[in-house]
Amino acid sequence: MSKVLDEKAAPAARTRPFTTISGREIRPLYRPEDVKDLDYARDLGDPGQFPYTRGVHPTMYRGKVWTMRQFAGFGSAAQTNERFKYLLANGGAGLSVAFDLPTLMGRDPDHPLSLGEVGKCGVAVTSLADMETLFDGIPLGEVSTSMTINSPAAMLVAFYILVGEKQGVPQAQLSGTVQADILKEFIAQKEYIFPPRPSMRLIVDMIQYCTDHMPKWNSISISGYHIREAGSTAAQELAFTLRDGIEYVQWCVDAGMDVDSFAPRLSFFFNSHSDFFEEIAKFRAARRIWARTMKERFGAKNPRSLMLRFHTQTAGVSLTAQQPYNNVARTALQALAAVMGGTQSLHTNSLDEALALPTEEAVTIALRTQQIVADETGVINAADPLGGSWFVEKLTNEIEADALEYFRKIDAMGGMVAAVERGFPQREIGEASFQFQKAVERKEKIVVGVNDYVMDEKPMPILYIDETTAREQTARVEALRATRDNERVEKALAKLKDTARGSDNLMYPILEASRAYATIGEMCDALREVWGEYEEAPTF
Amino acid sequence: MDNDTGRKIRVVVAKPGLDGHDRGAKVVARALRDAGMEVIYTGLRQSPEQIVAAAAQEDADVIGLSILSGAHLPICERIVALLKEKQMGDVKLVVGGIIPAQDIPELQKLGVAGVFLPGASLQDIVDQVRAVAA
Repeated sequence: MSKVLDEKAAPAARTRPFTTISGREIRPLYRPEDVKDLDYARDLGDPGQFPYTRGVHPTMYRGKVWTMRQFAGFGSAAQTNERFKYLLANGGAGLSVAFDLPTLMGRDPDHPLSLGEVGKCGVAVTSLADMETLFDGIPLGEVSTSMTINSPAAMLVAFYILVGEKQGVPQAQLSGTVQADILKEFIAQKEYIFPPRPSMRLIVDMIQYCTDHMPKWNSISISGYHIREAGSTAAQELAFTLRDGIEYVQWCVDAGMDVDSFAPRLSFFFNSHSDFFEEIAKFRAARRIWARTMKERFGAKNPRSLMLRFHTQTAGVSLTAQQPYNNVARTALQALAAVMGGTQSLHTNSLDEALALPTEEAVTIALRTQQIVADETGVINAADPLGGSWFVEKLTNEIEADALEYFRKIDAMGGMVAAVERGFPQREIGEASFQFQKAVERKEKIVVGVNDYVMDEKPMPILYIDETTAREQTARVEALRATRDNERVEKALAKLKDTARGSDNLMYPILEASRAYATIGEMCDALREVWGEYEEAPTF
Repeated sequence: MDNDTGRKIRVVVAKPGLDGHDRGAKVVARALRDAGMEVIYTGLRQSPEQIVAAAAQEDADVIGLSILSGAHLPICERIVALLKEKQMGDVKLVVGGIIPAQDIPELQKLGVAGVFLPGASLQDIVDQVRAVAA
C-alpha cells in the first residue's frame, strides 16, 4: 500500500525542457545550500538599505503604492487630451505620452516617409502648438508626465517646459520623466536619427540642463523594455540596460558633471514578461548591480545615486491576437511580478494591443487590473515578499552573474557606444529572438491560443485610426507655417546649427526655436544638416 | 525549393515607413533563408520607391513587407501602383504585421497575395511564400 502511494506521490518527471522563457535551466528543487554564501547585510539588506536588493524604500508599498501610469496617445493632440482627462478621472496618477512615428523620428506630417504614419502609433505633435492642445486643462504643476521620446527628446522637453511656462508653472516645479535613451534605440527599437556620438551629446546636454533647472524631472529613463520586446533574454535585458546606464553616467562624468549631481534623477524602465520568478529575480538583481556599480565604479556617495528606481510595462510581445481576452490574465500575472519585484510605477497593457491601439474599454480593464493587484491581493503588505526564497535568491544570483559577464565583454570592446557601433548587442538579441521563435514552432514553448488550445473565433471591435489625422495635421502645420514669425524661426534654426557645430549646450537654442514655433521636423533637419543621419547595415 | 524557372525563390524583405521594430522582419527573413530561398533584407525606413527599386535590381519573385504601425494601406497601395508603373506585375507582394481584419479585403483587392497576422507560424509563411512564387 505504501509503495503504491509513493509511486503516486512521485511520478517520473516529464521530458519537456524545464527552462524559463529565456531558456534558463531550472532545477527541480532549490535548497539552503544553493545560496549558502548569501550574506544578508552584504547582498540583500532591508528595503531602503544598500545594496537595495529588497527595494529602494524602507516601507515600500505601505508608504506609497506604485504610480499607475498608463501609456496613451493616438490621433490628434485634442483626441489624446480627452483620453488623458479620462485616465486622470478614473484613478490614473500620472500621464504617459505615446507619440506617433513622425514625431519620434523628427519628421513633419507632410514628409514623404510620414505616409500612413501620422497619429497611428501615438499622438501627432509637430510643434509647441500641438503640445499646448495636448495638455490643455491639465495642470502641469499637479500631474507628473512621462514622455516616451528619444532622438528628439530635447525638443519635447522644451515644448513641455514652454507649456508649463504658459500655465504659470516654473520649470523647477515640473515633475516627470523623459525617456531619452538613445542607446537602446540603436540596440533594439531603432528609432534613431543621428549617429551615436552626436546623439549622446544631445542627451548629455539635456541631462545637464535638467540637472541645473529641473530638480523634479527624471532626465532619462534607461530602458530595457524595448530590448526585451526585440527578443532578448531576461539577462540580456538586464545587462544591456544597466550597461547603457553606465555609459550615460560615464559620458556625463566625462562632460564635467559631478556624479551625485545628476545620478539621483536617473530612472530605469523594464519589461515584465511572463516568466514569473525570473522576472522578479531580474528586478532584484538590477537594484543590487546598480547600487554596487554606482558606488564602486563611480564613487557615488548620495544614497539616491545608488538607488535604482524603475517603471515597468507588462510585455507587449506576450500579447496574442488569438483569443485576446486571455491577455487580461497574462497582464495580471506580469503586473504581479513587477509589484513583487518592487517597481515604482507600472503600465499594464490592454487586451487588444496585439490588434491595435487600445479602446477605452480595454484600457479601463488594464487600469483596473493594477487596482486589483494593489487593493485585493494583499501583496503590498510586506516588502519583497519572496526575499529569502532559495529559488528566487539563486535566480537573482544567476542573472546578476550573467549580466556582469556581459559588462566584461562590453567593457573590453570599449564601452556601449563602441559595442553598438559593431552591432554586438543587436546580434545577441537577434539570435535570442530567433531561438525563441524556433522553440515556439517546435512547441517546446507553449503560447496559449497560438500553438496550443487553438480555436476558431470572431474578430473583436478595435480602435481604428484612419487617414483623417494625417490630413488634419498636415493642414494644421501648413497654417502654422503661414502665421508664425518665420524670420524668427529661421534665425533660431541658424543658431541651432551653429551650436551643433560647436560645443555649447543645445537645450538653449532648442528652447528658443520651440518658442518661435519651429516644428520638430525643422529642428531635426537643422541637426541632420550638421550631423548627418545614421544608417544601420541591414543584417539578419 | 525552386520555382518554375528552376532557380531559388528570391524574396526582398522590407521595412517600409518610419517604424523600427524589426524583430518580425528579421525572424521571417531568417526562416525564409533557412528554407532555401534567396533573401535580401532592405533594412529600415525604406520608401515604396526604394523597395520597388530593390525588387527590380534583385530580380525578386516576392516582396515581403513587415508593417506594425498601421501604415499598411497607403504603403501597399503605393507599392502596387509602382509595380504596375514599372511593369513588374509578376512580382508578388505579401505583408505581415499588425493588420486589422477589416483591412484584409482591401489589401486583397489591391492585389496583395498574402497577409500574415500576429501568431502566424514560420512554416505557414514559408509555405505561402513558396506558393505565391510558384
